[in-house]
Amino acid sequence: MQLDVDITGKSFISAAGKPHRVLSDISFALATGEVGVVVGPSGCGKSTMLRILAGLDPNYQGRVARPAGARLAMVFQEPRLLPWRSVADNVRLAAPDADDARLAALFSVLELSAHRDHYPGELSLGLARRVALARAFAVEPDFLILDEPLASLDDALAARLREEIATLVGSRPMITLLVTHSLDDAVRLGDKLILLSARPARLLHTLPIAIPRTARDEQVIAAIKADLARLNLANPSGSLDPDRQQ
Amino acid sequence: MLRLLSFVLFLATWWIAALLAGSAKLPAPSIVFATMIAEARSGALFLHLGVTLARVVLAFTLAMSVGSAIGHLMGRSRLANRLGDPWLILLLNLPALVVIVLAYIWAGLTEAAAIAAIAINKLPTAVVTLREGTRALDPALDEMAQVFAFPRWRTFRHVLLPQLAPYIAAAARSGLSLVWKIVLVAELLGRPNGIGFEIGVAFQLFDIPLLLAYSLSFAAVVLVIEAVLVQPFELRVSRWRLRAA
Repeated sequence: MQLDVDITGKSFISAAGKPHRVLSDISFALATGEVGVVVGPSGCGKSTMLRILAGLDPNYQGRVARPAGARLAMVFQEPRLLPWRSVADNVRLAAPDADDARLAALFSVLELSAHRDHYPGELSLGLARRVALARAFAVEPDFLILDEPLASLDDALAARLREEIATLVGSRPMITLLVTHSLDDAVRLGDKLILLSARPARLLHTLPIAIPRTARDEQVIAAIKADLARLNLANPSGSLDPDRQQ
Repeated sequence: MLRLLSFVLFLATWWIAALLAGSAKLPAPSIVFATMIAEARSGALFLHLGVTLARVVLAFTLAMSVGSAIGHLMGRSRLANRLGDPWLILLLNLPALVVIVLAYIWAGLTEAAAIAAIAINKLPTAVVTLREGTRALDPALDEMAQVFAFPRWRTFRHVLLPQLAPYIAAAARSGLSLVWKIVLVAELLGRPNGIGFEIGVAFQLFDIPLLLAYSLSFAAVVLVIEAVLVQPFELRVSRWRLRAA
């Protein structure tokens, strides 16, 4: 199974009636088992692109071929839980076929077991994000979209959750697309980095990382980051910040 | 406890007022309760209460379901809103009496005419409330349901309905109080039974104990229904809010 993206443009009509170009040329492909990481400056249109890939926005120019019959799951920037359903029910509603043992395992990996019966309003943002992750993994997706799942969490928690995402992504074959501001997350999680320019976003580079995730030590990570910094210098329009951790 | 105290205070005030005004204008509570018991013994009280309640239930259900559907449609579709809005404003401001009299003239002094007239009076408030509720729906949750491929029924039951529940509860609450009032007018004008009819009879005979006996029994039923049905429902739909930190 493969995801083929070939977007040639996307515009919004602003409140003043003027068209705003958000996306320009973006094309890449991802195969099953690959983790693509989209990196780009804040406000460049990454979320707009994800909405197109998720099938939520049909108004764009170009072509997106999602694998036929693929089960989709998404972790939105905000947790988007149903406030009137408990944590367990939120997950169950998205994944009614998941068996109890697997859900219990998932809850325990994400350290949610104690919160099953809580309502989302009773959770901290970090916990709510973990519930959103649990929901996405519970459906056993073929295509998983993660929109800045670690944003606005403290470093220690973000690092732990990143490990958990890596474990879960490695646990079954799927196409994963992750959006992040953090080069650190990108280099630690990705198999293929998709670098976007400032608005209107266009593809600057795709950078495959050959070394498997588990074999990347600090040295390898530093080397890849240095590569990225060089690419970035060659493209002043892309404002990546290699020092940025989160 | 406080409620009981307030009730006792009400009875005491009534008693004193009855002593001062004389029993011709305001009979003492004991006389009214005796009338109530006599009417209950003969079965008339329960017959009229039952008939009135049945009308309330029918008209209320009809108005709530049709009104919610129209309100939801008007909240979703700009065209439906444009088409429906003048009618809505007309209905909102049309006096209940006009609707009831016209219904009896056009459809005859029938049960259907009475129930339709009551329902039409309540309909526009349900439409307005549900239209607001639909406009306030969170598109982010809709997208979530779409991404996770929720079937229609699951989206309705778990995404849509909980968001509309406070609006439905508000429409039910205000609508019910409206229906309680209008049903008596409809009965007074064109039905041979029901609390409204009995009150009309009592008015013509100047039988104040009978009038008060029926009015108070009716008020008691309204109170019980509020306490047993409406308030627990409101509490249930908002229970996730109460526990929120």
